[in-house]
Amino acid sequence: MNSKIPEGLLDDKWSGYKGHVKLVNPANKRKIEIIIVGTGLAGASAAAALGELGYKVKAFCFQDSPRRAHSIAAQGGINAAKNYQNDGDSVFRLFYDTIKGGDYRAREANVHRLAEVSVNIIDQCVAQGVPFAREYGGLLSNRSFGGTQVQRTFYAAGQTGQQLLIGAYQALERQVALGNVKMYSRHEMLDVVVIDGKARGIIARDLISGELERHFGHAVLLCTGGYGNVFYLSTNAMGSNVTAAWKAHKKGAYFGNPCFTQIHPTCIPVSGDHQSKLTLMSESLRNDGRIWVPKKQNDTRKPNEIPEDERDYYLERRYPAFGNLVPRDVASRAAKERCDAGYGVGSSKQAVYLDYASAIERYGKIECSKHGIENPTAEEIRHHGMEVVKEKYGNLFDMYAKITGENPYEVPMRIYPAVHYTMGGLWVDYELMTTVPGLYALGEANFSDHGANRLGASALMQGLADGYFVIPYTIGNYLADEIRTAEIPTTHPAFEEAEKAVADRISKLKNINGSQTVESFHKRLGKIMWDKCGMARNEAGLKTAIEEIQQLKKEFWSDVKIPGEIKEMNPELDKANRVADFIELGELMCIDALNRKESCGGHFREEMQTEDGEAKRDDDNFCFVSAWELKGDSNWELHKEPLIFDVAHPSQRSYK
Amino acid sequence: MEHYTMNLKLKVWRQKNAKSSGGFESYDVSNISSEMSFLEMFDVLNERLIREGKEPIAFDHDCREGICGMCSMYINGKAHGPWQGTTTCQLHMRAFKDGDTIVVEPWRANAFPVIKDLMVDRTAFDRIIQAGGYISVNTGNAVDANAIPIEKDKADSSFAAAACIGCGACVAACKNSSAMLFVSAKVSHLALLPQGAPERKTRVLDMIAQMDKEGFGSCTNTGACEAVCPKEISLTNIARLNGEYLTAGLTVDK
Repeated sequence: MNSKIPEGLLDDKWSGYKGHVKLVNPANKRKIEIIIVGTGLAGASAAAALGELGYKVKAFCFQDSPRRAHSIAAQGGINAAKNYQNDGDSVFRLFYDTIKGGDYRAREANVHRLAEVSVNIIDQCVAQGVPFAREYGGLLSNRSFGGTQVQRTFYAAGQTGQQLLIGAYQALERQVALGNVKMYSRHEMLDVVVIDGKARGIIARDLISGELERHFGHAVLLCTGGYGNVFYLSTNAMGSNVTAAWKAHKKGAYFGNPCFTQIHPTCIPVSGDHQSKLTLMSESLRNDGRIWVPKKQNDTRKPNEIPEDERDYYLERRYPAFGNLVPRDVASRAAKERCDAGYGVGSSKQAVYLDYASAIERYGKIECSKHGIENPTAEEIRHHGMEVVKEKYGNLFDMYAKITGENPYEVPMRIYPAVHYTMGGLWVDYELMTTVPGLYALGEANFSDHGANRLGASALMQGLADGYFVIPYTIGNYLADEIRTAEIPTTHPAFEEAEKAVADRISKLKNINGSQTVESFHKRLGKIMWDKCGMARNEAGLKTAIEEIQQLKKEFWSDVKIPGEIKEMNPELDKANRVADFIELGELMCIDALNRKESCGGHFREEMQTEDGEAKRDDDNFCFVSAWELKGDSNWELHKEPLIFDVAHPSQRSYK
Repeated sequence: MEHYTMNLKLKVWRQKNAKSSGGFESYDVSNISSEMSFLEMFDVLNERLIREGKEPIAFDHDCREGICGMCSMYINGKAHGPWQGTTTCQLHMRAFKDGDTIVVEPWRANAFPVIKDLMVDRTAFDRIIQAGGYISVNTGNAVDANAIPIEKDKADSSFAAAACIGCGACVAACKNSSAMLFVSAKVSHLALLPQGAPERKTRVLDMIAQMDKEGFGSCTNTGACEAVCPKEISLTNIARLNGEYLTAGLTVDK
């Protein structure tokens, strides 16, 4: 395992790399085919950028259009070290914040490169027509986000992900029009084809006809997002899955830090067994909202009936320095602790209040003063305060009202943490190549930049950095040696074998003809993962989880029921394929969590905490990336990539 | 809000594939919670159908938070159902009451052929974007993002048009199956920005030509599209498109 980090000072690594990397001349680019799976920010931007360079690109997505990938749902913004606000930002600060926010479990060289190209991303997006928020002078507006002390987040209302994805999608469609990219929507990748140790193509299923297809490529890029849906309930889209990454893992790609999962603190809580997914409420709400639970256990009074001195503002109590603005991992754990101790609210008791009453009053008083209202009545203060809150957070409040049927201006919102992002993913080197030559992973699908906890507004940045500005350089270093490789016909035995294996698995699944639905298995897997490999993990729980998952896997393969036919549009069959892979991934996540006997970022081992319940890192023994190699059924070998910090020296995070 | 449960009768369009002819089938669903989303009600029904050995109802959906544009049901004669400015996935069952009959159909338009049950093929929208719904700028060519200031009002209007999620409700609601609201949203998004200016004339002409080629109908300004648009894209965009189209037609240099 060679991470291929360039020599030299941290500041010079990327520019030095670009200056010396091998190139492919334009005439040869036209003969080289690249397969890209997934069309979110990473995939669409890579497809557009590589198409522009003249490569022949084939792009695949399971949705009906590349514009639907789940990057579209990102709300808050995208970070860039532009320092437009003159507030002391720099490439170094963005680098440092990201390393520290990741609790010192990310690679310095990758993160520094990310910070360097962040400025180019904003330029590129504006040139494409992404309508970022602007000030009256016509220049770009910024806001602040968690884990930083500068304003470096660019945004487009609460729809930044949508606008960035539309920009990348349009660039992609332009390449489709020019004939450089061929788009395959409603297609799902079901295997990687490896010939003589190199990735040479994929097997894909046309989801409309159910037919299997073989596609050759000189290189294969997986831009297939994260695997949060292993928990069944998450803020991911219904179709988000691990299948492409898992197939790559089965073909030899190591899986990096699988247990690093981000649980986002402010989501709308589960309302019942019917719940199919969870909805995030932007982190920005913690700027003004106050989080509390009743001081009395099992308090059944309505929130407005609980007097001030009987409320426990537990974040302000535990973390006076940061209060409600502690990082995501800390806020999530604190909410869980209160609910587990019996102080939760709502009918499920798995929720805490996010209260805007005091913000409305505070803003109301300021507004009354601005309007010259002396001795305003409570009603006047409330009226003016609500106007301000509406302007700042109106769309989020509306969304909450639509889903819950409650008016958040009148009663405190109920929130609870939910699975949101996975920092783990396919292990890649500095060039974004997995351990299978010619097979790359970009965006959330790889493990590389966020360590054990991702900062807000950094996912969009990484997706576009990988696609627009990293892969166009690094892929040349591999393809320069492939210009003599002629197109391999898909009649090659490796394609035959891979297709047959996929077909056999599908018919095996279909012919089980059991009695339990795919959905019921997915729900059970999610419950095991959430209870035992979620916000808090311990040795006994993880060991039980591994046994339960192995049992679930047996049951799935002997009793799952899939309706319909193979050779037709069959969403249940698609789902069964994905859930089968989630079950195997779940086991690896638990093994990784069991192995990492330290707490860091989103990974909290109950045995490893300070006296006051904070995460306790163990740099002496765990300052490495876990890269797991699949050896056989339920059998993995751990490889360790040591993390070396030349510039950002690890320290204990404290928010007291 | 008080929660309640309800029993409902569903009449759902079933169609095996693009080639077969479809028809309505009725289903009784019971014990539906007012807290469920509309699609979760379909999940419950589908789980039951599978257990009974029947084929579940195929429908498009993905993000379930109103932004990806994949969900697309025509509910009781209205695209995305009874709530204003809301996608099917964000519609919740408290919009209905015990004993209601709910009729659910796919988008109906020649340019959106049915794939199965409630799923339709909307790739025509992608081809319209391919015809010119972009700014031709290769990666790496950009000047500094603050080099060209943009009037805040124009940037805001551009954003409001760019908020289109490409779901196709506008086409489904239109008696002519026109795609004018969709096309005008993209034309407006790019025409309002200085970056979009160099291709402004060819873009509108090419996109309209592709729209016609795909078999979408003409716009007769009834405004049904705006009424059902989950992102409340304004009819003003169609007016702007007409202006752009006229100017381009008279002054284009080729």
